[in-house]
Amino acid sequence: MEEEYHIISTLVENRPGVLQKIAGLFTRRDFNIEGITVGKSETKGLARMVITVKADEKILEQVTKQLNKLVDVIKIKDITKNAVKRELCLIKVSTASEVERAEILQYSNIFRAQIIDVSEETLIVEITGDGDKINAFISLLERFGIRKISRTGITAMSRGI
Amino acid sequence: MRGGEAIIESLKKMGVETIFGYPGGQTIPFYDMLYDADIDHILVRHEQAAAHAADGFARASGKVGVCLATSGPGATNLVTGIATSYMDSSPIVAITGQVPTHLIGNDAFQEADIMGITMPIVKHSFQPKDPDLIPSIIKTSFDIAASGRPGPVLIDVPKEVQEGELTSFDDNLIQIPGYKPTLKGNPRQIKKACELIKQAKRPLVLAGAGVILADACSEFNEFVHLINAPVMTSLLGKGAINEKDELALGMLGMHGRKVSNDSVNECDLLIAIGIRFSDRTTGRLDSFVPDSKVIHIDIDPAEIGKNVDVDLPIVGDAKNILNSLNNLFKGYKASNEVNAWTDKIKQRKIDLLPRVTYDDVPLKPQSVIKEISEVLTPESILTTDVGQNQMWAAHFYDTQKPRKFISSGGLGTMGFGFPSAIGAKVACPQDPVVSINGDGGFLMVCQELATVYDYDLPVIAVVLENRTLGMVYQWQSLLYNERHSETKFKDSPDFVKLAESFGINAVRVEKPGETKDVLKTAIKDNEAILIDIVIDSEESLPMLPPGAGINEMIGEYKLEKDVI
Ligand SMILES: Cc1ncc(C[n+]2csc(CCOP(=O)(O)OP(=O)(O)O)c2C)c(N)n1
Ligand SMILES: [Mg+2]
Repeated sequence: MEEEYHIISTLVENRPGVLQKIAGLFTRRDFNIEGITVGKSETKGLARMVITVKADEKILEQVTKQLNKLVDVIKIKDITKNAVKRELCLIKVSTASEVERAEILQYSNIFRAQIIDVSEETLIVEITGDGDKINAFISLLERFGIRKISRTGITAMSRGI
Repeated sequence: MRGGEAIIESLKKMGVETIFGYPGGQTIPFYDMLYDADIDHILVRHEQAAAHAADGFARASGKVGVCLATSGPGATNLVTGIATSYMDSSPIVAITGQVPTHLIGNDAFQEADIMGITMPIVKHSFQPKDPDLIPSIIKTSFDIAASGRPGPVLIDVPKEVQEGELTSFDDNLIQIPGYKPTLKGNPRQIKKACELIKQAKRPLVLAGAGVILADACSEFNEFVHLINAPVMTSLLGKGAINEKDELALGMLGMHGRKVSNDSVNECDLLIAIGIRFSDRTTGRLDSFVPDSKVIHIDIDPAEIGKNVDVDLPIVGDAKNILNSLNNLFKGYKASNEVNAWTDKIKQRKIDLLPRVTYDDVPLKPQSVIKEISEVLTPESILTTDVGQNQMWAAHFYDTQKPRKFISSGGLGTMGFGFPSAIGAKVACPQDPVVSINGDGGFLMVCQELATVYDYDLPVIAVVLENRTLGMVYQWQSLLYNERHSETKFKDSPDFVKLAESFGINAVRVEKPGETKDVLKTAIKDNEAILIDIVIDSEESLPMLPPGAGINEMIGEYKLEKDVI
């Protein structure tokens, strides 16, 4: 069976240890986790966790069922087919000259990225988008000298109601 | 009311009469409150035994077993027991003391992150930070442990929470919206199962612990007789059907009965109930029931399709589903083809009955189990340790009722047999309780002789003395060129003196017939006893080598009918 990326959106109790439980489940069952993002949800006391896994159909079924068994997990949905995906990325890039600084600004405009910090030798650029867009942007900036990258991993939501 | 008192009150409210435990620094407040409480506490001599005893209690009674340990080393000593109950879906609640909340994370004296350590081996866990939550947490823990697919729940109680005053006793403060086990089987699936069963010509039924856990054995019995299908069980399914029943073939698996292992792949429909298709039960998966449709009934949806591909799943409680099936099969007469098949298998069962008649000295384990079988009533409880002793008991002992055969299946925990018998005895004081142990495993828990003595528990401990770690020794004999690396003891301890030093009677048995006599007297006198039985260390059951298909057993299977 073919392995594909799946995005699973889960609603979980916002309690200490829940993230550990879910991450632990993936390790223990040898599931291939690509990323997890967590944050508060629309309901008080509940968090939404968006999990990206690489799995074939059979494994995916196990992932879903095993997650469902955790008492702290309220709801699970595979939203791969119908999801808007976004990731936030911060990039600290070197700016050796005014010319380079201008160039970076230009690229940032095109990618709708924002400069959020400026120092004499560096800029921090903030970009959101799906993974591909962010990767493209990073590779454009590479020749200026990237000092640090910090990415959140993908969060996602299914379209429509 | 203080936190510790709330624990005791809540346990009593849940119907608990006895807990198994061992005190320590972080549970001193609790034990102080226990001093005046009317709840029994059994002081074991190692926390692992507390967990196994709670587990044995749960398996024998169907109720939740409770064990208690202090923080740090006390809690970590519970871990093997918790994992054992997790693997076998046994409902226990383990309560641990924890360092005061303000010290958590400081590497305080006897601090261990037991919540983190046990996360992958519990069904759920709680750490109350407020005494007010204790009643609700205990109630919810019992609910989670016992319902759906049962399992262990841990409650880690910081010291100051045990001492803190409750503002009120309210056990409805927490909700668990994420926990809703499916109990009722889907009626459409049940109808489809009914059709598949009617179409089958060579049906076989495979029962696991789930049938027993669901208290579904009488429904199960009715079902298999209605459809007239032969029944195999897993190790933990022993007792789901009376093994003296003609339809009962016995255990399937790595050390299974020949009739089960030989026949399973001949079926055209396998009806598997309350079983998770462990590798020890199925052998190599791609050659397991290759020509058969599979109906899988289980309460845990994650078990469906996990190991064996299933044609028709039904998720739900086995009792419920079997009831529905029985209604659909009311007045049903199995087809001639099915009857012919079942007659053939019944005859095969008789032809392939394993040999148990021996008069050799040193004793053959087969004949020892036979003698034990002859003395024990159907109500008696047999617990086993792990290794050859376990497989001999499972293979040659006909279990006649549910909850009367207790063994560590999933984790295969040496040291389980004796302490679980203590729990079983507390659960069923009227029934004789016999634990069968290896001479290796018994030494892992022999200190519990002190517990048996202290509380006057008439538990019978059989030690099958083969002076080897027999099961590993057997693998080395068969698969590693007889290179018996670290599996032969230089000598045995004097088990009789060992027991006597604890104040427990003991007898050494070497000849045929003695086991029976000693056991009879022990049951009559209703006293604890250790029976040290010297057996042939070279005897072993045929087995599936790792990676082999279910019908590829190696080793000679000796038959009773060949006894001259
Ligand atoms: C705690 C633990 N350690 C190791 C093992 C591996 N093991 C399985 S069976 C066995 C031998 C058991 O020897 P003994 O208790 O004498 O029983 P016998 O097989 O001889 O009947 C061992 C070491 C285990 N199952 N559990
Ligand atoms: Mg031994």
